[in-house]
Amino acid sequence: MNDSESRTSIFAKIETANAALKTRAPLPDYDVAITHSPGKLEGSDLWEIFCRNFKAVNGKPMSSVDELAGFLKSTHQLHGYCDPALFDAIGSPLAAAGLTVETTYDRSRYDDYQFGITRATGAIAESGTVILDDERTSHRLAALSPWVHVAVLQRAEIHRAISDAIAVFGASPNIIWCTGPSKTADVEGILIEGVHGPGEQIALLV
Amino acid sequence: MIGTQLIDEYARAISDEKQAAVIDGSSKGTEHRYHVLHKDYQDPDALRKLAASIKDHTLHHLGDYLAKAEQALVARGAKVHFAATGEDARQTILSILQSHGVTRLTKSKSMAAEEIHLNPFLIENGVECLESDLGEFIIQLDNDEPSHIVKPIIHKNRREIARTFLREGIAADYNDDPETITRRARVHLRAKYMEAQAGITGANFVCADTGRLTLVTNEGNSRFGMAPVPVHIALVGIEKIIPREQDLAVFLNLLGRSATGQQLTVYTEFIHGPRSANQPDGPEHMHVVFMDNGRTDVLASNCKEILRCIRCGACQNVCPVYRQASGHAYRSTYGGPVGAVLSPLLFGDRFPELADLPKASSLCGACNEVCPVDIPIPDLLLRLRDKAHHAHIHSPAAIPMSPFGTLATSPSLWRTAMTMSKAMNHLPIQVAPIKPLQDWLGQRTLPESHGGDFRKWYKSRRKT
Repeated sequence: MNDSESRTSIFAKIETANAALKTRAPLPDYDVAITHSPGKLEGSDLWEIFCRNFKAVNGKPMSSVDELAGFLKSTHQLHGYCDPALFDAIGSPLAAAGLTVETTYDRSRYDDYQFGITRATGAIAESGTVILDDERTSHRLAALSPWVHVAVLQRAEIHRAISDAIAVFGASPNIIWCTGPSKTADVEGILIEGVHGPGEQIALLV
Repeated sequence: MIGTQLIDEYARAISDEKQAAVIDGSSKGTEHRYHVLHKDYQDPDALRKLAASIKDHTLHHLGDYLAKAEQALVARGAKVHFAATGEDARQTILSILQSHGVTRLTKSKSMAAEEIHLNPFLIENGVECLESDLGEFIIQLDNDEPSHIVKPIIHKNRREIARTFLREGIAADYNDDPETITRRARVHLRAKYMEAQAGITGANFVCADTGRLTLVTNEGNSRFGMAPVPVHIALVGIEKIIPREQDLAVFLNLLGRSATGQQLTVYTEFIHGPRSANQPDGPEHMHVVFMDNGRTDVLASNCKEILRCIRCGACQNVCPVYRQASGHAYRSTYGGPVGAVLSPLLFGDRFPELADLPKASSLCGACNEVCPVDIPIPDLLLRLRDKAHHAHIHSPAAIPMSPFGTLATSPSLWRTAMTMSKAMNHLPIQVAPIKPLQDWLGQRTLPESHGGDFRKWYKSRRKT
């Protein structure tokens, strides 16, 4: 069947199947608070709640560029990319600390970047999630190919619960929630981090 | 052979090594997942019952929601296609790829694509198609089939994988350290992502109100598969629709916890059309292929609740039959309890080929207890047994049940049998030359009979 014949067939078969129903289930009316996990939300400061849950998924929260510079140097991640819009605040002090920071991402050299610094457009305290958004992230690949991804976050952008972050999706064509570093347990159930994406996920509060 | 179902034969034929891997892989973490759900929610049952009712509502109004999702996706610049059968879906995807001149692509894990054997079809048609989920990548190298929804290589151990990598030139030497295996796959696959011209994915959910697709992975492979390429194709079963974005909070909270004990998987992607104009990476073209392939027949059946399934694999992990037999014993894309219901139904006219699967269950109910969308799997298995019975499809039961039926419906016969069963304790049945009996005893240890003791006790109790 071609596309339109398939469409006609599918809708006709759904109609026939459901026409036989004596009653149809109503859309349940519920409060999204039922989806909240009270234990995960304990505390009043959203950054603190976020940090606790982010650490639980092996993320690294940081609150100063010095701390980031120290981490990158101590783990020998010395060459990376920084979103030009964040260069003054973050890239420049890192360069001053002796790291090599590029503000263009050249995809033909995707393996040269050991760290990538891009904007997070939000975070979720309940789950320890950083939010990236196509509309405002400078390069998808820069947040993906380096071993270390630094998501730069502002305190006002932290959502309390998963349902709060969903409520403000907006129109962006590509929103990514990153809840810790890329990982797998495919081989004998053993947890390994850094499968395709970053092996270190950092949230830097500015 | 009396007492042997096809699934028993599979269970006996698999190697000890493979069986140990499946038992270990499926049981590992089951307690953890249960614990997480109960630690995080005072009443997790209320959440899964809510999820079930949202899914039922959607299925009962599927025509409206599917049309809404289509409209919303088109408005966002995606091209929407429909495929009535697996063959239609394969041809549609091939023609999309040809229209964009695509000859190389990567594909993230999709059960819908497994269902229609998309990879071999595309490869036969000249498209290099590489699986990017680590487990699925290994399956593809071995020309094997996944045996678990979430953990496709649950049946393999590290030594087999290391040998595969060596044989296929992914590695220059043998190394079975899981971290080394993962790093080697990382290097190999990222080069493939960058060379690819398209990315194929499935979708975990599609919100009808906005058309937004949700994809979950832990590895980040679907994200990497889409970031450098100009074309994204999502193959989606029509039952993946949910009414509204707000409903995602219910399903995402249940999916990760039920699958792996995570609150959320590492990457949760929400895709809402081609990339934005100011974004240098990402697909300029987005195609969504909504596939039926038997789902509308399931919707019309008395087992429609199985379409609630969100593919978490929890029922597989907890099922004693799955643990012994492995996913391959179900001879179809979906193994375990969900597969014992869904696969025979999706087989359509070929239902008789899998009509034995609903019998491969002790109806213990563990699958229903862990199901995040409260699918009454044991009830559905009974309905399918009934369907097979009415269609006169006779696959062997574990033991012939008609003599039992005669005994159990006659109180006097039952009483006599109970009393006589005590004689069995003194008979040398272990060496009796009765083949069916020996087959049966070969798999089980007969406990000592206490037939009639309860009746005797109960009678004397009433007298006092």
